[in-house]
Amino acid sequence: MNDVGNRKIRVLLAKVGLDGHDRGIKTVARYLADAGMEVIFTGIRSTPEQIVDAAVEEDVDVVGLSFLGGDHMTLAPRVIDGLRRRGLQALIVLGGIIPQRDIPALEQTGAARVFLPGTPPDRIVQFIRGSLEQN
Amino acid sequence: MPDLKADLKRWQETALKRTLDRSPERKQAFTTDSGIPVKALYTPLDNPESDYQQQIGFPGEFPYTRGVYPSMYRGQLWTMRQYAGFGAAEETNRRFRYLLERGSTGLSIAFDLPTQLGLDSDDPLAEGSVGRVGVAVDTLADMETIFQGIPLDRVSTSMTINATAPILLAMYIAVGEQQGVAQTQLTGTTQNDILKEFIARGTYIFPPEPSLKLALDIVEYCLGNVPRWNTMNIAGYHIREAGADAVQELAFTLADAITYIERARERGLAVDEFAPRLSYSLGCFRDIFEEVAKYRAARRLFARIMKERFGAKDPRSYLFRTFSGSCGSTLVSQQPLNNIVRVAMHALMGVLGGHQAIHTACWDEGYAIPSESAAQIALRTQQILAHESGLANTTDPLAGSYYVESLTNEIEKRARAYLERIDAMGGMLEAIESGFISREIQESSIRYQKSVDSGEKIIVGLNKFQEQETDQGAAAMDLFQADPAVEGRQKAALSAVRAKRSQEEVASALSELAAVISRNENVMPVVIRAVKAYATVGEITGVMRSAWGEYRSPAYI
Repeated sequence: MNDVGNRKIRVLLAKVGLDGHDRGIKTVARYLADAGMEVIFTGIRSTPEQIVDAAVEEDVDVVGLSFLGGDHMTLAPRVIDGLRRRGLQALIVLGGIIPQRDIPALEQTGAARVFLPGTPPDRIVQFIRGSLEQN
Repeated sequence: MPDLKADLKRWQETALKRTLDRSPERKQAFTTDSGIPVKALYTPLDNPESDYQQQIGFPGEFPYTRGVYPSMYRGQLWTMRQYAGFGAAEETNRRFRYLLERGSTGLSIAFDLPTQLGLDSDDPLAEGSVGRVGVAVDTLADMETIFQGIPLDRVSTSMTINATAPILLAMYIAVGEQQGVAQTQLTGTTQNDILKEFIARGTYIFPPEPSLKLALDIVEYCLGNVPRWNTMNIAGYHIREAGADAVQELAFTLADAITYIERARERGLAVDEFAPRLSYSLGCFRDIFEEVAKYRAARRLFARIMKERFGAKDPRSYLFRTFSGSCGSTLVSQQPLNNIVRVAMHALMGVLGGHQAIHTACWDEGYAIPSESAAQIALRTQQILAHESGLANTTDPLAGSYYVESLTNEIEKRARAYLERIDAMGGMLEAIESGFISREIQESSIRYQKSVDSGEKIIVGLNKFQEQETDQGAAAMDLFQADPAVEGRQKAALSAVRAKRSQEEVASALSELAAVISRNENVMPVVIRAVKAYATVGEITGVMRSAWGEYRSPAYI
């Protein structure tokens, strides 16, 4: 199943913060698109406000954020809070270089899953499908 | 004796065939890590010896395949240049002294992202990033602290800085002056390679044209004033890390270099004046022979370009002097101690490849900023290779390997073909702006990932030989933990500097900078004046932002 109801799964991917390493998230973007999802990538150096605006405007089902600069504890909660305040119940997934010890706190904030380096991209596809089908 | 060609055919049809009939090869086809086909056997037929002088030659002589200097490591070992920098200036100063006391011979500074992007530590956009992936530098005061007790006439310092390179170089010059070291004595490198930021690394600020202007301002200024400075380190490393293969890495690096050289000539600089101060960087990836062949092909192709395309006459203009480093993307988070072995292979490639400076990664850097003990192992790895292995006893020891020479030729040929395509598009700037380069890299990156998914490419511990681990590696590690107080301390230090400095002098230097920009003159002298007045990185960049605007690069997925 690639569809929620009768439309394609819509995913917004973003590099939040100042870090420009976008190889990982672009790889994920390609895999999600190849799996039939509609992918919007807002590019590097997106601010939390820009991401929230874009996610609401595009009415996405999933928001994926990629981190490598060590600023995830500051910026991820800001995006998640922003989305919730605007009433968007999108599935939030995070990825990148994120220390193990930070994961519980990020999940508490509302991240459904944190994917670490070495994750096969297909696993991310399956996770998104599985989570959206349950709902 | 029959002639070699006939004899090879006989062997293939008899001895080899009998063996393969009984037990076939492990795989249908063998390729290098970048997908170049590899034959079962290489012989003198692949590299006729008659080509020796033209294709290979002697170290320190055209076409430099064997090395840029005649005596190479028998004269002087490579510089062991470990990359460090984090937190506030005091911590980086401590790490530098630690490395120097242990025999490191060159410093390499990592700056945090706000510094790289021209934002002060108290800028709202900097929140969460201050001192994270490198040291935070807001004003000259931070640079003074970083080099406290480190005489600038006795170290060479490499700075990974691009969009804001003129500001950081100006600060280094000012610190030297305070220590009584004239700028003519300073040695080191500014990365100052903005083109690869647009295609790979992402720390660009201004649109391509003014970005190129700033990069060339450094080249021009250093010519007369800081003659021993390496004004640019034109880097393939990041292009490789973004997903390019070995051939693309080499071709795109050279295409960037060609663009800078053309621009410098348009300014009226003579190629033999500035080219000797350009340096280069390539990554150390996985396939030892392919990487060594890439370095050898790079030296030869570059020398030929300088001679044929630019008519350079000074032999120093032909030298593709390199700093090479472990590609972090080859490191694996699963069973992380295995990374020590991978990094040793990176150093091996670097030494066999004849680099002038080598960086070895730390085994834990996939998790966090490297710990001190991991940094020590990375440096010791190079020292073991230098002193225990015999690797440095003779120059270019893989020369004459039928395989390596053949691969060197093949990589040069493929890189040349890319350069011709780029020329046909109107040059590298056009190739970048049209998205061609990003798309080529993205396609290679996806191809690589698919071959990992399918198991065709094996990564030990990741897609084969896995351990059931609940991240036991990371748990056992003495992980470096960023100090959350750094941001606050840095902001406080910045406001203290702001309060103490002469506001008139700052304002006057900044308005002169605006005037210099509007007259399209070299910004270096006035940037030096501004940093000496303790103008901040954000203030100086701000003047440039108002003049040139900011650039957003389209993303290809």
